Amino acid sequence: MLRVTKKPETSSGRRFLISILAVVAALLATSVIIFILGYNPLDIYWKMLEGATATPYRLKETINKAIPLVILSLGVGIAFRMKFWNIGAEGQYYMGAFAASFLALNYFNWPAYILLPAMFIAALVAGGIWCCIPAVLKARFGTNETLVTLMMNYIAISWITYLQHGPWKDPGQFGFPKIANFEKNAILPNLFGVHIGWVIALVLVVLVYILLRYTKLGYEISVLGESVTTARYAGINVTKVMLLAVFLSGGLCGATGMIQASAIESSLSYQMSGGLGFTAIITAWLARLNPFTIIIVSFLFSILLQGGTYLQGALQIPASIAGILQGSILFCILGSEFFTQYKVSWYKAKPKNKTENKAESQGGEA
Amino acid sequence: MENTTVQMVALFLQTSVQMGTPILFATLGAILGEKVGHLNLGVEGMMLMGAVIGFQVGFSSGDPALTLLAAGSAGALGALIYAFVTVTLRANQIVTGLALTIFGTGFSSFVGQKLAAETLSDSLVKSFAPMEIPILKDIPILGKMFFSQSLYVWLAFILAFVVYFFIKCTRYGLNLRVVGENPAAADASGVHVDLYKYISILLGGAMCGIGGAYTSVVFIGRWQEEITAGVGWIAVALVIFATWHPLKAIFGAYFFGMLRTIGFKIQNLSIPFFGNSFIIPTQLLDMIPYLMTIIVLVIITLRKKRENQPPGWLGNPYFREDR
Repeated sequence: MLRVTKKPETSSGRRFLISILAVVAALLATSVIIFILGYNPLDIYWKMLEGATATPYRLKETINKAIPLVILSLGVGIAFRMKFWNIGAEGQYYMGAFAASFLALNYFNWPAYILLPAMFIAALVAGGIWCCIPAVLKARFGTNETLVTLMMNYIAISWITYLQHGPWKDPGQFGFPKIANFEKNAILPNLFGVHIGWVIALVLVVLVYILLRYTKLGYEISVLGESVTTARYAGINVTKVMLLAVFLSGGLCGATGMIQASAIESSLSYQMSGGLGFTAIITAWLARLNPFTIIIVSFLFSILLQGGTYLQGALQIPASIAGILQGSILFCILGSEFFTQYKVSWYKAKPKNKTENKAESQGGEA
Repeated sequence: MENTTVQMVALFLQTSVQMGTPILFATLGAILGEKVGHLNLGVEGMMLMGAVIGFQVGFSSGDPALTLLAAGSAGALGALIYAFVTVTLRANQIVTGLALTIFGTGFSSFVGQKLAAETLSDSLVKSFAPMEIPILKDIPILGKMFFSQSLYVWLAFILAFVVYFFIKCTRYGLNLRVVGENPAAADASGVHVDLYKYISILLGGAMCGIGGAYTSVVFIGRWQEEITAGVGWIAVALVIFATWHPLKAIFGAYFFGMLRTIGFKIQNLSIPFFGNSFIIPTQLLDMIPYLMTIIVLVIITLRKKRENQPPGWLGNPYFREDR
């Protein structure tokens, strides 16, 4: 019979080991699926790695995918630390991109050194406000923020779709629904071959780390995450801290929208995220909300994304294989956290209570 | 002139019910999961798994019962992964659900790549074709909506009543609700919490899978990538909109189906108003389900009526030793 008990603490070394084992298990599980579907798994893995890193161009593409993931994960992470389940990164991203695009399309005669910062700030504010709506509803009425932030995603996407098909449609596109391209001064410059978003991402990682680790607000956020009651007793203004943190969380997601619209898309499109806002929730969680780990996890995830794109483009193997791989790795890592928190041990059952822990033994590795 | 308008309205209502059918299946599935306290954001993924496997099996076997069974099993398989990770391994439900959606989307496009050009056999198409009930189907406006529908559409409708009856009127249903409201109390009174969760989540997954297969096998009849087009997320919204009530879900699903039909069929909706006509762009209509869901959520939280509240333990893992 299996018995499950809570573990007091797990060393970081053991945690790391368990995570590695989980990834190995995921690769094995996916190998079986890939094999059944008629491909050689080792070949596929190698080609994905090659496709994501082998040439400077591919590496650049991988970094381009990692940049938005890092900043979105940072944003989501701030809210998650407070146990405010912001799963509205996708919507905040689009609202940020919307605000930035508004400036880029209407004030394109401003010089770049004014226009770009203005776009960045506008995106930050728009994303922040979009995220504050569910927070205000939660503070005022006690609504569940998970559900509201989720709904707000689709409202934002519909809004961008409307703009693209309606008022913002570029008349120069012969009826094709596309928003006009930005002028040159609304596009982020490159530094060492990659757009400057990577510098912004690294700076933000350090800033968020300092915020969470060394400031009063960061401390208050973590107290709030532990227990709202404790926070109240300690004299923390719960609503104020929550709104501020949520504003930052949504703001970072909005800023990501500006970076993508400007540097990658040079325009605004209702398809430009490709679900990044949801992927970021996963990367943030896998990184245990730690800003520096977020860089590593996001980069590894981008290898998967870029590797998948390469499979499709160069070898006509569907990119969806990357989705299967992502999913399996996630299941295994999420499941593995159990083994860092709980101890499973065997014990001799008394003959009578047999049904207990039945669920524990069924299922097998996902 | 008059006659064609009536026919158009009748056709519109018929299509709305068809558009609402996958939403209804998925919503019932999601309700079952949430009733035992598990918020599963993998609905879209499970629907896609059911859609592709249902289409594959329907294509190669041509058997309607086997198609349904396969679609249900595919959805339940997705739900099993979710249940194992969140119930047994107690992982975060939101993140696991999102992972399931990513997995299901990848799985369906991968399996579906060889199905893109295929069509289903005539016998299968026929068995899911609308059943024309004589005389009744000729009732103006409402006839087609009710009496010229596929068996599959009726299945969703009947399933809603079955789920309602099961949750409200049986001992198992009562236990199931207690598990979602207060698992510790359920455990103390001898209810096998994990077993209830597994069964409920798996059944829910099967319904999502069958709903997905409706889109691929019946409504569209061909395979397309990401064929469910966000219906899974509408279902997550509709669970709240229907305040976790299977019968209210019927109205909600057909209403949301109507909104989708408007967007599907017409470019711009013009509403005559005192001689002027207002044009509502259909892209903005897509917002309505989500906007209304938020409003409903605020209202039910404000009114605090007992039977409209979300299950008490929604989103939290349960571990006996944590008490």
